[in-house]
Amino acid sequence: MRIPCTLMGQTRCHAAMTRIVNLWLLCLLLIALPFAAMAQDDADDGQALLEALDVRSFQDKAEAIEAIIQSEDERANDWLQALLDGDLQRHKDDGRFVIITDNVGREWPARDALTGEDVGEISRRELSRIDINNALRSQLRSALSMVELYTGERDERLDAAEGLIGDVDDELADSLESRLDDEADADVRNRLNQALAVYRLEQGEMDAVETLSGSLNSDVRIALSRAAEGEGAVADAARAALVDIEQKLKVNRGLETLYFGLSMGSVLVLAAIGLAITFGVMGVINMAHGELIMLGAYSTWMMQQLLPGHPGLAVLLSIPVGFLVSALVGVIIERSVIQHLKGRPLETLLATFGVSLILQQLVRTVVSPLNRTVTTPEWMSGSVAINDALSLTLNRLYIMAFAVLVFVGLILIMRRTRLGLEVRAVTQNRAMARSMGIRATRVDILTFALGSGVAGLAGVALAQLTNVGPNLGQSYIIDSFMVVVFGGVGNLWGTLVAGLSLGVINQILEPWAGAVLAKILVLVFIILFIQKRPRGLFPQKGRAAEG
Amino acid sequence: MNLWQSMARRDRVFEFLAPAISPVDVRHGPILYMEDVTVSFDGFRAIDNLNLTIDDGELRCIIGPNGAGKTTMMDIITGKTRPDTGDVWFGSRHDLLTMNEPEIASLGIGRKFQKPTVFEALTVFENLELAMTADKRVIPTLTARLTGDVRDRIEEVLTMIQLADQQAQPAGILSHGQKQWLEIGMLLMQRPRLLLVDEPVAGMTEQEMERTAELLTSLAGKQSVVVVEHDMGFVRSIARTVTVLHQGSVLAEGSMDQVQSDPRVIEVYLGESEEAA
Amino acid sequence: MWLSRPFNERSTRLFLLILVLAVTLVTILHLALPPENPLYVSGYTVGLLGKYLCYALLAVAVDLVWGYLGILSLGHGAFFALGGYAMGMYLMRQIGDRGTYGDPVLPDFMVFLNWESLPWYWHGFDMAWFAFLMVLLAPGALALVFGYLAFRSRVTGVYLSIITQAMTFALMLAFFRNEMGFGGNNGLTDFYDILGFDLRSGATRLGLFIASGVALALGYVLCRAIVASKLGRVCVASRDAEARTRFLGYRVERVQLFVFVVSAMLAGVAGALYVPQVGIINPSEFEPLFSIEIVVWVALGGRATLYGAVIGAILVNYAKTVFTGVMPDAWLFALGGLFVVSTVLLPKGIAGVLAYRRKQRNESDTTEVPA
Repeated sequence: MRIPCTLMGQTRCHAAMTRIVNLWLLCLLLIALPFAAMAQDDADDGQALLEALDVRSFQDKAEAIEAIIQSEDERANDWLQALLDGDLQRHKDDGRFVIITDNVGREWPARDALTGEDVGEISRRELSRIDINNALRSQLRSALSMVELYTGERDERLDAAEGLIGDVDDELADSLESRLDDEADADVRNRLNQALAVYRLEQGEMDAVETLSGSLNSDVRIALSRAAEGEGAVADAARAALVDIEQKLKVNRGLETLYFGLSMGSVLVLAAIGLAITFGVMGVINMAHGELIMLGAYSTWMMQQLLPGHPGLAVLLSIPVGFLVSALVGVIIERSVIQHLKGRPLETLLATFGVSLILQQLVRTVVSPLNRTVTTPEWMSGSVAINDALSLTLNRLYIMAFAVLVFVGLILIMRRTRLGLEVRAVTQNRAMARSMGIRATRVDILTFALGSGVAGLAGVALAQLTNVGPNLGQSYIIDSFMVVVFGGVGNLWGTLVAGLSLGVINQILEPWAGAVLAKILVLVFIILFIQKRPRGLFPQKGRAAEG
Repeated sequence: MNLWQSMARRDRVFEFLAPAISPVDVRHGPILYMEDVTVSFDGFRAIDNLNLTIDDGELRCIIGPNGAGKTTMMDIITGKTRPDTGDVWFGSRHDLLTMNEPEIASLGIGRKFQKPTVFEALTVFENLELAMTADKRVIPTLTARLTGDVRDRIEEVLTMIQLADQQAQPAGILSHGQKQWLEIGMLLMQRPRLLLVDEPVAGMTEQEMERTAELLTSLAGKQSVVVVEHDMGFVRSIARTVTVLHQGSVLAEGSMDQVQSDPRVIEVYLGESEEAA
Repeated sequence: MWLSRPFNERSTRLFLLILVLAVTLVTILHLALPPENPLYVSGYTVGLLGKYLCYALLAVAVDLVWGYLGILSLGHGAFFALGGYAMGMYLMRQIGDRGTYGDPVLPDFMVFLNWESLPWYWHGFDMAWFAFLMVLLAPGALALVFGYLAFRSRVTGVYLSIITQAMTFALMLAFFRNEMGFGGNNGLTDFYDILGFDLRSGATRLGLFIASGVALALGYVLCRAIVASKLGRVCVASRDAEARTRFLGYRVERVQLFVFVVSAMLAGVAGALYVPQVGIINPSEFEPLFSIEIVVWVALGGRATLYGAVIGAILVNYAKTVFTGVMPDAWLFALGGLFVVSTVLLPKGIAGVLAYRRKQRNESDTTEVPA
């Protein structure tokens, strides 16, 4: 690639100039805004620059790009980015240059490349794209990164430096080195050093390997493995560094699996913990538990429909709403069906299964048989990068935290409140508790409401991960029962441990077995586990538990 | 006579000839031997270093306050509960800790539960039929026929437990006392070497109690009988040797009079119950 | 002999009589009447009735373990489906080179998946006797392994129900996979003939209907024979007081295993007769919902009666046919309601109501056994 002037000087100068131009433009705008002619004049410059791009030869295009960089036009950045993304297009009829903002469907919304004005939707057949090849792409990226490096905020500079790794050539290397002197931020310096080291490694310098060893960046790894293919001391060092990196990657991959496992596990815990209360503590088999989860998820969707434009607020509000909706439905189920089947667990199972069918069909009829999507609020999207190989998605972190909160809350309710005490009393000896003045029926209702409400909370959380549909609950009911049975009935801690470990086991199995087979293996594992320990991980002991 | 019939016949002959007394070896001492048995539930020691021997043909009464470990002891002997430590031997040949409930039952240890458990959906006759000593494997049970000998034996026990008139009725509609009797009858059908009887006279009338006492004492000698009972009058009427359990271990052992004069026993148990009586 | 015992029972003789009459009547109405006659039974209806009979046999199998043994299996659909798949594999091999791709050995879906040769477990299914044996052995083996593990460690009650449900769920996921070699989610279909008879001909359909009736009769008698034997009384004993039964010296887990395997095999036979009549077997038969539905047929009909299971299966499935034809959306409401009603309001099912009526009619009858 041929870059006619030293980019270093060019860009530095560009930066200074940009500032001046900006100021100047500002003045110009203030003074001469009414004079459209001025703007028109300005546009003509840009038009020429862009027209130079609309040529066949990629070499000519490279020169045109260089010209844009040198033009110090303040819109240059925008153009280059659009060109890189393939969004810079020319209208076939009037020759206008536009930057499309969305390329879904047939009609694409776009803005004028020169004025920035919104030009509405243009049929994609009327547009022709300015094509680029890989060499141009690399040129564009380097140029954009350099601009960012000089003008950007800290995070932008960091991204720019990271983008440069593997794309550094002779000329860029010089300018990077001088930039390194000016850079104050340690992280950015680190990145720049890596970018330079990759370049120097390509030149066969030994000390570059040292700088690069331990880096988890994928471009660094590519450079190292390229270097490792050769012979000699550098190649040997590169090989050693690669082994070291592989090791680190393995650890990171392990951590990632653990993270995904724990987050899946916390979903399982959320789904199962309500069941642990109704099934474990009260001994009631509620097959409609999954549908209570589903109702919680639908509450979230409902709240977002009611509060358009405030997805975050809606999600927060749906926590109490989801709880109440599911708790209410739970109480209705308890009063209308379950209380009549006391002491007949198998019949309870069947009857509540019937209820689950009714609830599913109800949602299908009233809302829709189709899936609904819940918007993820802004503060829940994105991820936290721990290092190059490991980043944690925020929504899963939130759900883990939520699961912990719900769990702690339940433990506190069971241990510290009057209700918890009464629940435990009724569980252990109903007649005795009654004779001591505990209203067993009321305790039943409250316990069931609590368990069902927690199912609703699980639904609120699940709505952030999957689509909300009438079958949502069905896919969780068997898993939830597995978790409760695995953990030991009547033991909230057991549910926590079982849920988390099943989540992790599933994630460990998935890469080599595939999602479906992993699920089958987990089910088989639990079936076998129950053989060995019929009362779960943490069984209740003693004569009373034998019944 | 075809092959099938001859097979069936041999089966019957075998059952008829089968020794009613299981090969338990009591030449070298007691029929039941428990040593240093301990079992705990969640840290609570239900049985704590229990030592107990029952001689062949003995009638032993076991008393003790609630929670003394009487029922748990029976659970251990019959294989329902496994002790944490200790030895339990039936005769000198059979280590009961290595066997499961049906194996122990077929060795000749019969048990009557504290709460009478009879099969309520089955008739009295059928209850006894199931209890009878026979080849209890699946296929022989499937093909089993009600022979005259079986019928005779059931009739005999029916008379003994005075339920001959109710034999066609489901056991569920019997009175509490009758259920107790039925359960004892089921024990008799098994012809066990060792009978474990948990509170046999609970819910019985005075008359029924007397008859039970008579029955149990008549069994002793041929069979060993261990009776757990709360009713002191009943214990006094049948007991030769009495063992007092307290907090999972043996507190005292001896004749009724010896035990009653033991100050420790008076303190934990008898004193209170005599005052109450 | 123990197998002949049921013929001494009035209820069994009555049941068999009704069954024989019904099957004969349908056959006569189908064959002897012209299609214009309002009493004419169409080929479609014959197929439908044959399907009901298969379901009835399945329900009898479930009632044997649930009613008499107290084991609520929520996975009997899996045994039904396995029997169905064994039959489906036979029918698939019978297609020969008449498939779309014309491969003489490989079924169409394998050619489609670019498989080179037949997987080992597909061998032998070209022979009818082997396939029919597998109809019994495949579900039997699954029940044997599963039951052995479950009963040995005394997994009972609700726990057992839930892991049977997990079993059928896991199998459903497995059979949905193309790699399993059972046609993935399309299952096995497009059959041509069975034992040389064209599956699309009316005569074959009628034959299958009669075969289903015979299978139901035989299955019923077998179950009745088990129930009326001493083993049946041991079953009831272990259902009501499992520990007590053990103390009497019965190996309860073996009794449970034996009856469970017999029941699974009956379910397999039902599945095998079902597949040629509906012309397809796919993983949806493994769905937990289907298995639970079977239980509701039994619950509605009345458990521990066997004939109640037959009544329940036929009634519910007739209702399903009517409902899904008239208002498909309402069927799940109706089914859900049925679950609730049959457990809360009719704990003894229709058979219980019948028995109560009979009892009211002749109060003097003291031999009546309360269920």
